[in-house]
Order: sequence, then structure tokens, then C-alpha cells
Amino acid sequence: MSEPKKTHLYNQHVALDAKMIEFSGWLMPVNYEGIIEEHEAVRENVGLFDVSHMGEVRIEGKEATAFLQYLFTNDLSLIENGHVQYGMMCYENGTVVDDLLIYKYHTESYLLVINAGNIEKDVAWITEKAADFDVRINPISDVLSEVALQGPNAEALLQSLSDEDIKEIGFFQFREDIHINGTPFLVSRTGYTGEDGFEIYGSHEAIKMLWDYLLEKGEPYHIKPCGLGARDTLRFEVALPLYGHEISDSISPLEAGLGFFVKLNKENFIGKAALEKQKEKGIAQKIVGFEMSKGIPRHGYEVFDGNEAIGYVTTGYYSPTLKKNIGLALINATFAKMGNTIEIQVRKKRMPATIISKKFYQKQYKK
Amino acid sequence: MTVKESLFYSKDHEWLKIEGENAYIGITDFAQHSLGAIVYVEMPEIDDYYDADDSFGTVESVKAASDLMMPIAGTVVEINEALEDEPGLVNETPFEAWMIKIKLDEGFSTEALMDAKAYQSYCEEEA
Repeated sequence: MSEPKKTHLYNQHVALDAKMIEFSGWLMPVNYEGIIEEHEAVRENVGLFDVSHMGEVRIEGKEATAFLQYLFTNDLSLIENGHVQYGMMCYENGTVVDDLLIYKYHTESYLLVINAGNIEKDVAWITEKAADFDVRINPISDVLSEVALQGPNAEALLQSLSDEDIKEIGFFQFREDIHINGTPFLVSRTGYTGEDGFEIYGSHEAIKMLWDYLLEKGEPYHIKPCGLGARDTLRFEVALPLYGHEISDSISPLEAGLGFFVKLNKENFIGKAALEKQKEKGIAQKIVGFEMSKGIPRHGYEVFDGNEAIGYVTTGYYSPTLKKNIGLALINATFAKMGNTIEIQVRKKRMPATIISKKFYQKQYKK
Repeated sequence: MTVKESLFYSKDHEWLKIEGENAYIGITDFAQHSLGAIVYVEMPEIDDYYDADDSFGTVESVKAASDLMMPIAGTVVEINEALEDEPGLVNETPFEAWMIKIKLDEGFSTEALMDAKAYQSYCEEEA
């Protein structure tokens, strides 16, 4: 077993007394002050996350668009230069290789941002599938660091530190040349929290400087450093999927309720035939939201209808914002009706739960 | 980390306060600090009997559920209902926020447990 990797912000986390854990082969801060405090900071003010463990791949060349249209479930012809799109890469059977963001510089130049735990797998997959296309694949995960600045005060804070017009960066748009403290960064209005906010990429030295700079200048905006603990509770409250939980190599985007990001009217992409068939036949399993009054649901807990095991919890928490016990579960589609009662095996006890909308918390994106 | 003098301690970071033939059990300051914010405490039923090192319940933080282990054998005679509505009391005052009161076995022994000083050293090694 090799040593876990450290991001370039590791020493800064230690200096802030972060509780460090291993995640997908990386030593990351799970929290500083506490998960609930950090979660609330993002919902009410602004939080700063080290997300340098994420992976990046540049795709360039004459057939960059044709290649990515083949690789990706969403339709890149629907976005302009300077825009970002979310979608998935699927296997032939329609299940998910990874979910990712694609930044479109122009039709011959893109940046893919992929999950930390899937970097090696994704790069191998992308390289293999690119064989017949006139494209260059350039993995640059080792060259970039990244932070996420999320919360209602994020824009005001960033604007106070930049001469460029931050308001002009619309939802799911990006700019490559945003200068903060004299240093250029790539800034996109994207995030994984359900709040307005930005993801910021730069060289390791630049991001190290930016981390300290944002925490210092962010004090009047009540900024807090936030770890992976809050990152998970925040994305969960807006039902954003986590690879290995709501999507995986045994769950398709349609089963996960992500059909919006799958454009079946596109000419062709890997997994299209399987997904068309699935749409036609109807999905056999489905991700649903549920709530329960007693017992906290957790990833892996079994779900029952009477004595029949019908699925399992993909993510569950006591929700810090909604202040109730909620979860997401993958269950047989026949039981997936709003208002249905199911039971969750919470360790030794089986406890009742009700299926509810996955829109637990209303997203606050700037549209 | 505060450690209270008159109590006994287990390796799993529970404390034991003996009062005649009964005892109160809770978790220590060290435990509540490493768990983080506690959102739920799952209690046993009255009259349940547990051996030393049996799990008698669960304490849940945001991220995970942790077993509560009996520092000594006994029968549950009372559970702290206040923790149902305010599990955070365990974080605020871990040595006051007892979880269960048990009736000790006849001829019980505290030999397997640590005193405050031994527990303090034990924590320093763990950290």
C-alpha cells in the first residue's frame, strides 16, 4: 500500500489544526472547527475548501469536439466558448465511468475536471477511447492546485480582491485571467454545495498564496476553512451525486435521476444504445430521497419493504440545515413512489422512513 | 482534556461513577472531542443486562456511528432521557451527561479499569 498523497496546502491545514483523514489515496482535512460550523458557514457566509485532489486533463486537437461528444453524455455543441458543462462518461452498458465537468475554451481545446479517486482509471479510459481521433490528451493533475470558495458572500469577497468584473462570470461560465494579488487564476462559477460560489485553479504556489490570502481578506465576510466532512453534507442536502454512492459502475445516470445531463438525441456516445433501451423499458432501480424521524440513515444500510430487501442507502445524514434525518437510497423502481413507507436497517433496529422529493434544500445558484 | 479524579476509566473512553451498588456511565472529554458534534445517542432498554466490553448503545456524530462499550458488567436501571432532545450535552459537559445508570454485579471489581492518572497517561499515548 503506497503512502497517501498530500496536496500542496497540507502544511496550511496542519497549521489550522485540521483533523486529517485519508480519502481516495489523499491526506485531506475532514474538518477544522467542526463539520456543522463549517456547513453553516457555507450556507450563511462563505467557506473555503482545498479541492486540489481533483484531477484535470487537457484535450486539444482538430477532433477534440468530435472525441468528447463520443466520450461524454451531455451535448457540448449546446455551450459557447468560456462555458462549463456537467455530465458523465459511461461504459457501453450505460453505467458510469465518472461524472465530470468539461470547460470549453473553444472547439479544439477543452479542460476536463474529474474525481480524485478515479484519476488513473479515467486517464486510461480517455486515452484508450481517443485512439482513433486526432486529439492530444494531456493529464495535468500534478500541475494544478484548486480551491472552492462557496457561499452567499463568495462573490463580494472575490470582487473585493480583483479588478475584473466578477459579476460578469455567469453560472457555469469561466475566465482564465482573473488576477488576485497580482497572480492569474482560472475561475469558474461552479461548485458542489448548492450555494453561489467559485472554483479556482492555479499553480501550486499561486493556490498556496491564495488560501492564506482569502482566509485573511475574508474575515469581514466571516470566512471559514471547510473540510471534506462539510463538503459531503452540503452536496448531499442538494442531492448532488458522489461517485461510488449515487453513481457507479453499477448505476446508470438514468437510475440516478440525472437524465437531464444525458442527451439521447446526440448522434452517438459510449453507452447511448444501452441508455436508450433502459429509457424505453423503464429503469429497474432508482435513487430516491427519504426522511425518518428516529435513527440516522448511513451509506450501506439496507432498505426493506416488509421482509423484502429492496435496496440500500447511498448517502444519509442528520441534515445540519434542515435539522432532520434524511437520506438517498437506491431501491427497486416499483417501490419508488413519493409518500411510500420503507424501512431502513439502522444497525440492529429496522426503522420506518418516508420517500420524499430529493430537493431537500433549495439551491441558491445565481442564474 | 479534562479528566475527573473520582471516576474509573475504560480503554474505550467511557467513565464509570460508582454510587453504592449502582454506577453511572458516560463518555470522556477525550471521546467527545474526537467524535465531534454528537447528533444522536442510542440507548439500551431498562432491565437489559450487559457484560463488560459489550456494546450497550451507539453515539452518533455527523460522520459516523460509534459503539458505546460497557466498562463493567451490570443491569440497566435508568437511561438519561435528557440526551434524547439534547445529545449535544455530551459534548458540552461529558462528565455530567451520564448515559445509563446500572446496577452492578455482586462482588464486582474495578481491577480492569484505570484511575484518573492512568487514564490521563493512556490518552497522552493515544493522541
